[in-house]
Amino acid sequence: MRYLPLTDGDRQSMLNTVGVQNIDELFGDVPADALNPTLDLPNHQSEFEVDRYLRGLSDKNHAAGDGPFFAGAGAYRHHVPATVDHIIQRSEFLTAYTPYQPEIAQGTLQYLFEFQTQVAQLTGMEVANASMYDGSTATAEAALMARRITKRNKVIMAGGLHPHYAEVVRTNEELIGDTVLQAPATPGAGAIMDMIDDETSCVIVQSPDVFGFLRDLSAISAKAHEHGALCVAVVTEAVSFGLLKSPGSQGADIVVGEGQSIGNALNFGGPYLGLFAARQKHVRFMPGRLCGETTDTEGRRGFVLTLSTREQHIRRDKATSNICTNSGLCALAFTVHMSLLGGKGLREVATLSHEAACKTADALAAIDGVEVVNDSFFNEFTIRLPKDANVVVDQLAEQGIVAGVPGGRLWPGRDETENLLIVAASELTRDSDIAALVSGLKEAL
Amino acid sequence: MTETFTGHKGLELEVPLLFEEGSYEKSGVDMPAAEGVTSRLGDLGADEAVELPAFSEPQAMRHFVRLSQKNYAIDMGIFPLGSCTMKHNPRLNEKMARLPGFADLHPLQPTSTTQGALELIHELQDWLCEMTGMPAVAMSPKAGAHGELCGMMAIRAAIVAKGEEKTRTRVLVPESAHGTNPATAAQCGFSVDKLPGTADGRVDIDALKAKLGDDVAAIMVTNPNTCGLFERDIREMADAVHAAGGYFYCDGANFNAIVGKARPGDLGVDAMHINLHKTFSTPHGGGGPGSGPTVLSDALAPFAPIPAVVKDADGFHIVESASEGFEQNFGRMVAFHGQMGMFVRALSYMLSHGADGLRQVAEDAVLNANYVRVRLAEEMTQGYAGPCMHEALFSDVWLKETGVGTLDFAKAMIDEGFHPMTMYFPLVVSGAMLIEPTETESKASLDEFCDSLLGLAKAAKAGDKERFEQAPRFAPRKRLDETSAARKPVLRWTPPLSTEAMAAE
Repeated sequence: MRYLPLTDGDRQSMLNTVGVQNIDELFGDVPADALNPTLDLPNHQSEFEVDRYLRGLSDKNHAAGDGPFFAGAGAYRHHVPATVDHIIQRSEFLTAYTPYQPEIAQGTLQYLFEFQTQVAQLTGMEVANASMYDGSTATAEAALMARRITKRNKVIMAGGLHPHYAEVVRTNEELIGDTVLQAPATPGAGAIMDMIDDETSCVIVQSPDVFGFLRDLSAISAKAHEHGALCVAVVTEAVSFGLLKSPGSQGADIVVGEGQSIGNALNFGGPYLGLFAARQKHVRFMPGRLCGETTDTEGRRGFVLTLSTREQHIRRDKATSNICTNSGLCALAFTVHMSLLGGKGLREVATLSHEAACKTADALAAIDGVEVVNDSFFNEFTIRLPKDANVVVDQLAEQGIVAGVPGGRLWPGRDETENLLIVAASELTRDSDIAALVSGLKEAL
Repeated sequence: MTETFTGHKGLELEVPLLFEEGSYEKSGVDMPAAEGVTSRLGDLGADEAVELPAFSEPQAMRHFVRLSQKNYAIDMGIFPLGSCTMKHNPRLNEKMARLPGFADLHPLQPTSTTQGALELIHELQDWLCEMTGMPAVAMSPKAGAHGELCGMMAIRAAIVAKGEEKTRTRVLVPESAHGTNPATAAQCGFSVDKLPGTADGRVDIDALKAKLGDDVAAIMVTNPNTCGLFERDIREMADAVHAAGGYFYCDGANFNAIVGKARPGDLGVDAMHINLHKTFSTPHGGGGPGSGPTVLSDALAPFAPIPAVVKDADGFHIVESASEGFEQNFGRMVAFHGQMGMFVRALSYMLSHGADGLRQVAEDAVLNANYVRVRLAEEMTQGYAGPCMHEALFSDVWLKETGVGTLDFAKAMIDEGFHPMTMYFPLVVSGAMLIEPTETESKASLDEFCDSLLGLAKAAKAGDKERFEQAPRFAPRKRLDETSAARKPVLRWTPPLSTEAMAAE
């Protein structure tokens, strides 16, 4: 077995050293009738057999790059420079553990510090943590953090919050008996202002929202603050930071987001990268790992994990979260990609993505029966079709076109959103892709 | 010795922060020119680019490669952190995870275009269920602690379904448990009650029975436990908690010790998370991403979260709402379907090892740990007498008279070229040192490790305190000041003040 270095000779000599006759003596505490069960599974295989088998499964899928592609709704296909994947596969990054021994983990710790700085800068916030599992879990953690800060038990969610994110928040909050309210998920409606009251711990607003609308957070955060509540801004498309006013500049108290679209592949939904940024005054309420600057005994700059008295390994049942890791390698991919782009490059990618979306929207609006519902958007918008969008998307998929995310997929069984199709574009969208989508849609309608 | 002019020391290269090296005027990624269409951003567009510097490609490569060289990693040597299972990460797994049919796949594409990916998830589910002897598995949890949360949420949902949520509010957790266990129970709204251990490092079954009652929701027990020992009363514990109307959450962090040798489903467990990044070799990546699928018993399976991958005559489907058979799901843990990238790696590893190889994994992991235990016991004090499972626990009793502490000893290991073991955990043993070598260390590697630790132990006992107090001497940094880092946290880079601003201060 290629991953196991011990020879039978080694095993025998080691059993002798240990002082047992056979290996099962070391499993003596396992109930005898449960030891060595028969497993209905195949035996070991060579590398090329495994490769052949998994490649066969991979080949059964239609990859995003195989044809015109317009799916978004929380996961986005952007170009990732080849350098990124090379660096994250360096043994020293890939096969290291959480940096518990800072003297021999400065590589990981320094990039986490760089990551935190980039995220704080992009979101317009003062501090950011070393990442969370993904955008949805970061959003749920933000709601829990707001609860700790305000000592209140009511969460208000905008209708444009990604429905999966809303479900994750609800699953986590209702568990501890909190109230979670959401405005109706209808494109264009922004009716959360009247829901904010003196019991509200936070109001969660996504911009660009799941339908692609851009939301002005300033008025919402002002209203939240009037009532002693916090404003949590959610961003599911990190490239939008390149072209939009930052949530921090619009009064957000906590900014969470999905960082996948910078540096990370689509990966069928994971692993992704949760972004989490906050105000300095709230830092001790934050969940997750934080990396801080310090010095060694010779006065040289170095980095360590810090403020760990918030965390489960010290505080146990009093911890700010049960979270024990971050998305280290995904954060590295983000940091490397961002270090190649810089603010200037990110703005270029964002501009190209926005332009591609504008061109797609204009082309689709010209089709009979198609209505573009957005008055504002970044790289994603919603169209209303005269029929069930699920059916249309399945039809186009047969021609190798991924037309977008249908309302029926995000809100199963809900009539109001059944005919909606959410369409995303990026710098990778070609004019020929748009033309293929237009002709496919015309045919399907 | 005089310092170098650069600050570098041969191959040991100092690396400035990227904010100190990069340029604000350029980008290291070339893009086609924009066409200049009418903006749809309304008044929410930013006037300027975000202030972040960029590297050209060669500068980026050099910055990050130099940084990487300041890390220790499993590819460089033994990484014996206890309960962390730092085993070899096969590169076939990396190659497979990057196939476009897995990596370049959107989670919300029509399922007609993702049948191969769904089949892979379904096959992994089958493997996990068969290896654990459990009927169901929730695939979406993104890490071990997230899997714990999944299991405890399922338990809570089962309690709610019985109308007992007001009364069953207490969760019993052993003192030796990992901190995530009590934190998870608290996050689910339960109160935590500590279970004492026995003199031989296991849960005190009598104390457990005495604490059981109709207010107990669950016990959370790690098996093999964090002392590296198998809970030999596990079935009695399960029977007792079930008789009292509660559930048994088993922390599967140490599943590597028993994979292929014993199945939690045969031992009375109701829920257990599996760390794909431990037992099934997906890389730790400097602290994630992990993956924590959670197996569930018949009693808890109806409450599993969505989404779920199912198979019928038409192929594979994703259940994303409370449809038939999933009416009692406890909700959703993540936006999409879990850590697909980790699923591919884990299945690649399982297929490579097969049922026979996986059993050998557990046997070699346990043999390696016992070999280390017996060799080190020459100089060091075992936490508990007798054989261990996959990890060997020592206390600091043998260091007591030396003036050298567990931390000093660990830092001296860095100078010897090793990553230290887990220190000061579990909390039930004074100055704990928990060593998990894993099955992917050769005998020669273990011998070098043991020889070195025995040498250090003798040096400590011989009064060579300097070796320990000054350690690490040969790492990229000397000991770092963690106290001041926490007292005055600096969590991001800020530009240095200009001369004028400094004058104004």
